[in-house]
Amino acid sequence: MSTAMLSIEPITARPAPLPYRTPVAQLRNVTRRYGKVVALKGFSLAIYPGEVVALLGPNGAGKTTAVRLLLGLLSAHGGQVTVLGGDPREDSTRIRMGAMLQVSRVPEMLRVREHIDLFRGYYPNPLPAAEIVRLAQLEGLENRLFGKLSGGQKQRVLFGLALCGDPDLVFLDEPTVGMDIESRRALWDRIRALSAAGKAVLLTTHYLEEADQLASRVVVIHEGRTVAQGTPAEIRHHAGGRRIRCITRLDAAWVRRLPGVTDVSQDREALLIHAAAPEPVLREMLAADATLYGLEINAAGLEEAFLSLTQNHNAEEVTQ
Amino acid sequence: MNSAAVMAHPHKLSAGYYLHALTQETRYEFLSRLRLRAFSLSTIGFPVMFYLFFGLTNSHGNIAAYLIATYSCFGMIAACLFGIGVSVSQERMQGWLDLKLASPMPRWTYLTAKIASCAAFAMIIVTILLVLGILFGGVHITAMQILALYGVTLAGAVPFSAMGVLIALLVPPNAAPAIINLIYLPMSFASGLWVPIRYLPHWMQHFAPVMPAYHYGQLALAIFGFAQPGAASQHWSALTGFTCLMLGGAWWIFARSEARA
Repeated sequence: MSTAMLSIEPITARPAPLPYRTPVAQLRNVTRRYGKVVALKGFSLAIYPGEVVALLGPNGAGKTTAVRLLLGLLSAHGGQVTVLGGDPREDSTRIRMGAMLQVSRVPEMLRVREHIDLFRGYYPNPLPAAEIVRLAQLEGLENRLFGKLSGGQKQRVLFGLALCGDPDLVFLDEPTVGMDIESRRALWDRIRALSAAGKAVLLTTHYLEEADQLASRVVVIHEGRTVAQGTPAEIRHHAGGRRIRCITRLDAAWVRRLPGVTDVSQDREALLIHAAAPEPVLREMLAADATLYGLEINAAGLEEAFLSLTQNHNAEEVTQ
Repeated sequence: MNSAAVMAHPHKLSAGYYLHALTQETRYEFLSRLRLRAFSLSTIGFPVMFYLFFGLTNSHGNIAAYLIATYSCFGMIAACLFGIGVSVSQERMQGWLDLKLASPMPRWTYLTAKIASCAAFAMIIVTILLVLGILFGGVHITAMQILALYGVTLAGAVPFSAMGVLIALLVPPNAAPAIINLIYLPMSFASGLWVPIRYLPHWMQHFAPVMPAYHYGQLALAIFGFAQPGAASQHWSALTGFTCLMLGGAWWIFARSEARA
């Protein structure tokens, strides 16, 4: 199963994994400290074949530590790290992994073709170079020096390098940083194709839209612990309620007193209202203001869910 | 893909795989250094230029031969300190080293390839110096002496690469070139690599044996019979001790930064 399986057609993310499948990678009750700072406290995570797992969390939450443990770049101080049935610190385990990490500078005096050739050499059975060029959409750039590429092209080369060994587990750390919308969407299609081919993908990203689009499962991590996990829809549900936006003469303080309203804010000319259920609020508002217009109702986004999850957690910590 | 395929097959990697990985790593390391003009021009250019100035203008044979030996050492030291000190420092800070360590690259090939690539630069320098000296400096030299010069110059790759590694771990990438210049230019001068050591002030001559470059230079000079009196073994042990000191320091700093990182 090497070349045939990576089809280009966009395929939607797979459903959540069945519990009886063997995880491709697993952190079990892992603790990792840096000096006195504890980055992960009894953290557990399992990734299954064909899944795209998005690891979300504010800066310093422990995402990077979790990824570096799985990549074999760090050792755990407690708990167990298993990747593809082995230890990621062994070369023989890493042969079936691929990683796209944030690299601020890559040796610029090598050509794209040479970088691919170098990384192919790390694997006993690499994908053909032409296949990597095709998968990472690098056609026509093969003889370009790395230093002469645009930001998005550089990201695509790094994506290609991650695929050199036809890996079963792919790490993507901020894969679309510095990309325009078009190339970002093109890369998303490639990532979906990876998961459709049965590969497991661990994604860390600051773009919540990216997690929403790609992830079959989102894991929200905060202060070294998992605070929530589920499909993007389930996570969004955590924030609860709906967002109402409308232009009205009504006073914000009055709207805030309506039943079920959790928050009211001014957004340019309109009011932005968060409510558990929009219908009773709207019924009151429409009755009180016949001129109300520009009405929009949205489900709360992943971003709100993310903020509420990490902030609630802070509040809990404080009260404890 | 079924669940059985998920478990890792214990992969036995062949010697061919390791050899291929090492040659690829060395080849691209050398190529990328060579294309980096700031590195290749200055590393090859400085010893050759100094030799043209000081060696060929004093072409009584003796000085011209003396300086072939010392500028060969000077070239190897520059190649190692810049080729390893600067590049490892950069690759470590900029994430490229992490990406390589996350790949199945056999870890020992990373430094081995860098050392081999630095050694290749030094071999180019020795060859140019020999050609210049023999053709224009009136230097008479036997085939055995040529072989010995290549050999001794190559041996310097070990201590000075170790020094490069220590510098890479201590110094941030943007400061590395300046700091290396501050260390290796005075060290080369005071060790008698630029001008014969007997022309240096007395206090400097006494101070010279503290520096690894002095011992390295003496080993190269011994090939032509220009060394200071004394056994070659003391120079070999000095270089061995220096290597251990550098590697020990590098190991200590690396272990500390790993614990904190």
